[in-house]
Amino acid sequence: MTGKIVEIRHIAKSYRRGGQIVPVLSDLSFDIPEGEFVALMGPSGSGKSTLLNLIAGIDKPDSGELRVAGLDITTLSEADLADWRATHIGFIFQFYNLMPVLTAFENIELPMLLTRLSRRQRRERVGLALDMVGLTDRMDHYPSELSGGQQQRVAIARAIISDPLLIVADEPTGDLDRVSAADILNLLDRLNREMGKTIVMVTHDQRAAEHARLVRHLDKGELTDGEPSSKTL
Amino acid sequence: MYFAKLVLRNTLRHKLRTGLTVLGLFVAILAFGLLRTVVEAWFAGAESASTTRLITRNSISLVFSLPIAYQDRIRQIGGVTRVSHANWFGGIYVSEKNFFPQFAVDAKSYLDLYPEYLIPPEQLKAFLLDRKGCTVGRKLADIHGFKIGDVVQLRGTIFPGTWEFVVRAVYDGAEAATDTSQFLFHWDYLNETLKQTVPRRANTVGVYVVGIEQSNQAAEIGREIDRTFRNSLAETLTETEKAFQLGFVAMTEAIVIAIEVVSFLVIFIIMAVMANTMAMTARERLAEYATMKALGFGPIRVVSLILGESLVIALAGATAGVLATFPVAEWFAAKMGTLFPVFNVSQQTVTMQIVAAVTVGAVAALLPSYRAATVRIVDGLRNIG
Repeated sequence: MTGKIVEIRHIAKSYRRGGQIVPVLSDLSFDIPEGEFVALMGPSGSGKSTLLNLIAGIDKPDSGELRVAGLDITTLSEADLADWRATHIGFIFQFYNLMPVLTAFENIELPMLLTRLSRRQRRERVGLALDMVGLTDRMDHYPSELSGGQQQRVAIARAIISDPLLIVADEPTGDLDRVSAADILNLLDRLNREMGKTIVMVTHDQRAAEHARLVRHLDKGELTDGEPSSKTL
Repeated sequence: MYFAKLVLRNTLRHKLRTGLTVLGLFVAILAFGLLRTVVEAWFAGAESASTTRLITRNSISLVFSLPIAYQDRIRQIGGVTRVSHANWFGGIYVSEKNFFPQFAVDAKSYLDLYPEYLIPPEQLKAFLLDRKGCTVGRKLADIHGFKIGDVVQLRGTIFPGTWEFVVRAVYDGAEAATDTSQFLFHWDYLNETLKQTVPRRANTVGVYVVGIEQSNQAAEIGREIDRTFRNSLAETLTETEKAFQLGFVAMTEAIVIAIEVVSFLVIFIIMAVMANTMAMTARERLAEYATMKALGFGPIRVVSLILGESLVIALAGATAGVLATFPVAEWFAAKMGTLFPVFNVSQQTVTMQIVAAVTVGAVAALLPSYRAATVRIVDGLRNIG
């Protein structure tokens, strides 16, 4: 281990829109140290979500090298990439992306179905995760019976249940009120500080970014700075 | 178990939509089952025909009769075990709508050739002893309420006049496919009357029923019978009972084909409806499938969710449809009277209903499954409402 959990080298990514090729990221290189809490900021269309998707292995770059924990994930097949995501990445989405027909407990248990854990072991781990996000009393509730903040906490529990190396969060507070957003950010803070989880978070919100220890700004597919956040300073 | 739960809960997510789709499938599978039963009923006579019975008729047409004198000559042909005969009577019971087949038969030999007609010994004896006696099938007796001792009047059409019969026996079928809608009476009664009223029509029969030792001799014996009467005043055409029955089906083949086409059209239509339902369902859940794929679930798991849901809906409709087919077919048969002598929902029909439902479920899930399996995760995640 180099101490860098993510190593990005000369990454380029473009999309085809209406017959035109639109470059989103071009020749981007940077590293994310292990145990870091990084906020990616930038205006709409700057490529921050695209970069997050590439790091999470749900999209592939046109060129370049992207190593996560030493493995170049750009060389993996779709099936291998799916297996890799299941064990290495925890996802937190802006709109929570919970299964509406599953209870909070079952939603958190979902990624565990890809493991060889017994039902009892799964229940124990879900119980711990629920405890960590403070939703033990809501475990039998369906997403529609939970507030936005509570749903995002369920999503965070789902993201950490398989003990991933890296947590990627795409606008995790974008759909929340101020109080709920602060709750979620504090929870992410705890995950980073107490559990040592590396977190990469895309956000528009300066207040959210202040919770990160490192803020990187993207504009037109290029990094514009690497200043530490004010809070860390 | 977890996935089964997910499939079931997804199925019940839009209760109205699922309910209407299940209802559609129920109606389609029921209609399919009934139409298949009608087609089978059409062929029932041929299907239940014996392989050791031949039918000999006038080679020109069934309308023309054969001399009674042929009976002994047919009996002398090698391989023939029994010979009987029957005349189509075509009488009307009260009104034309009460149609049922009536045959003037040589009772003893005829019933020997049709062991599937089960008659209690004392009733058989009474029937054989009474020249004006008749035996009716159980189904016919039930429809018209015929009881032993009842006098039944038929108005003749082919054989004019009013004919009176006394019900002496009621026969049951040895098998479910046995026709119990017939009315059999003594040819002697018909013949003696004709001798007095229309002498030129006396001593003739409509068809000969020929019993043979072995079914593999049918073609040879048939040729021999026809050769015997070649160049006579009434040449014969002999065929197996099945071929004889199929000849009647062939006359109405266009109707049978139309019914068969409609039965499959019903399935095709519900397949289109179901495919639309599943396409809508999968489109709405694209973000969920993308989320599952992001979490590490492979395309097969996603496809199994869609296919599972489609099959659950299809089988729910099919189960209700199959269960309803039996009472509805019974009701339908009662309404049809003796038009279909045998109208039973067969095991084959039930199997076809289930296969049709599974096919509908699987085909309906094809396109949505392909879309969900191949959609890029980032594209799927953009489908958040």
